[in-house]
Amino acid sequence: MQYLVSVINDTANSGTPEEQAAIDVFNDRLMAEGHWVFAGGLGAPSSATVIDNRGEEAMFSDGPFVESKEYLVGFWIIEAADLDVALKLAAEGSKACNRKIEVRPFL
Amino acid sequence: MSVADVREAITQAHREEWARVVASLTRRFGDLDIAEEAAAEAFATAIERWAADGVPPSPGAWLTTTANRKAIDRIRRENKRGDKQKEAQLLYDDDPPEPPDAIDDERLRLIFTCCHPALAMETRVALTLRMVAGLTVPEIARAFLVQETAMGQRITRAKAKIKAARIPYRVPSAEDLPARVSGVLAVLFLVFNEGYLATGPGTDPVRHDLTAEAIRLTRLIRALMPDDGEVAGLLALMLLTEARRTARVSASGELVTLGEQDRGTWDVALIAEGHRLVRERLAARVAPGRYQILAAISAVHTSARDVRDTDWSQVVALYDRLVRLDPSPIIALNRAIAVAELDGPEVALAAVGRLEPRLAGYHLYHATRADLLRRLGRSRQSRASYDKAIELAGNTAETAYLTRRRDQLG
Repeated sequence: MQYLVSVINDTANSGTPEEQAAIDVFNDRLMAEGHWVFAGGLGAPSSATVIDNRGEEAMFSDGPFVESKEYLVGFWIIEAADLDVALKLAAEGSKACNRKIEVRPFL
Repeated sequence: MSVADVREAITQAHREEWARVVASLTRRFGDLDIAEEAAAEAFATAIERWAADGVPPSPGAWLTTTANRKAIDRIRRENKRGDKQKEAQLLYDDDPPEPPDAIDDERLRLIFTCCHPALAMETRVALTLRMVAGLTVPEIARAFLVQETAMGQRITRAKAKIKAARIPYRVPSAEDLPARVSGVLAVLFLVFNEGYLATGPGTDPVRHDLTAEAIRLTRLIRALMPDDGEVAGLLALMLLTEARRTARVSASGELVTLGEQDRGTWDVALIAEGHRLVRERLAARVAPGRYQILAAISAVHTSARDVRDTDWSQVVALYDRLVRLDPSPIIALNRAIAVAELDGPEVALAAVGRLEPRLAGYHLYHATRADLLRRLGRSRQSRASYDKAIELAGNTAETAYLTRRRDQLG
């Protein structure tokens, strides 16, 4: 079972060197224990472009699809047997990156 | 067999077997929704069949077998398009034997899943009452004063989340157990209080049933986890509170405070059982948690034949321990009420005053102040506090009591 672990914050690319070091330790652990799938940090919503090509012509619009004070700044995709395992890992991830986190299952 | 006998047999089977049937089906089919629906259908079938054929010798086994068949029927209908192999497996496994201890274990799994921390508190309450206690959706909706459709949706969404997010169906590991048990107890205490605080005439009787339901579920957990001190503590607390329930509201629907209750009407059997549990925890010599301390406070009160015989120094000492575990201002307020009896209303009023910033919106803060001011002869200030308490109180029995007290001021 895979889960998307989203990091929520009100500024992007704002991690301190200490936070980055803690994230590296956490990532090593995810890999060593077979939970690692993928992870990455994201640019600010202002760098986003929305594309809608459902009609005749592709429409491009500047900015994110929804404006909000807090947004997705990074994520992990983890492999976990069930939600208890995922929540435990996410709690450690939240501590490591010092940010709020959301866990959502893949279908 | 008379219609009344059959109805009684079904009611009893529902009380005793519902959680077992749902739990064993959830285990087998890995799906709460299928388990709930099949269990409900099995009970509906029982109403017809038991009336015609008589009550089977083992109602629990009959219900489990019937519910299993209903679940398999549903899965077959849904899998009509194929997957013959899966169907063959279901056929092969019809009516598996289950040792009794494994069934108990399954009911625990069910409780822990329904009270999972990834679900909202109100959802945990609703799911536990539906899946474990077997209340119907309309009953739960009425008990919590929520629209039936809204309650149905809440339960449906919870089942969908459990499935999609894969909330596990198991008893938590030893390391996680204390936190998870305390989550389960919080759900049961909330159910109990919802029933207990629903006093006064015109209150839906379903709400009163919640106290009985909470006690029944806590007894079940106690049977499944006999060594857990907080489980014993919560059960004792509920029993000692329930014992005083009828004395707590007058014939005219007014709240009767602990000091004014007719102690002769307290339920002696419930008190004896509660005291036994409190003594058992004292003998265990393990540092008590908050439910055990609350139960011990209740035990001190219920040990006094007359309010004047209350061992207030013991009550205050217990509150001192509780404050160390739980720094909430409500605990501090209750401590102050006991302090008034021990050291007088002046000392208590000073302690209550310090809670004002955090409790200004809580009716019992103002009611407590009003009572202390009245005892100090400060009628004008007392009246203002009663006014504020009446304005904030939501319960008819409490409002009636506070209004009478205010109007008696000189």
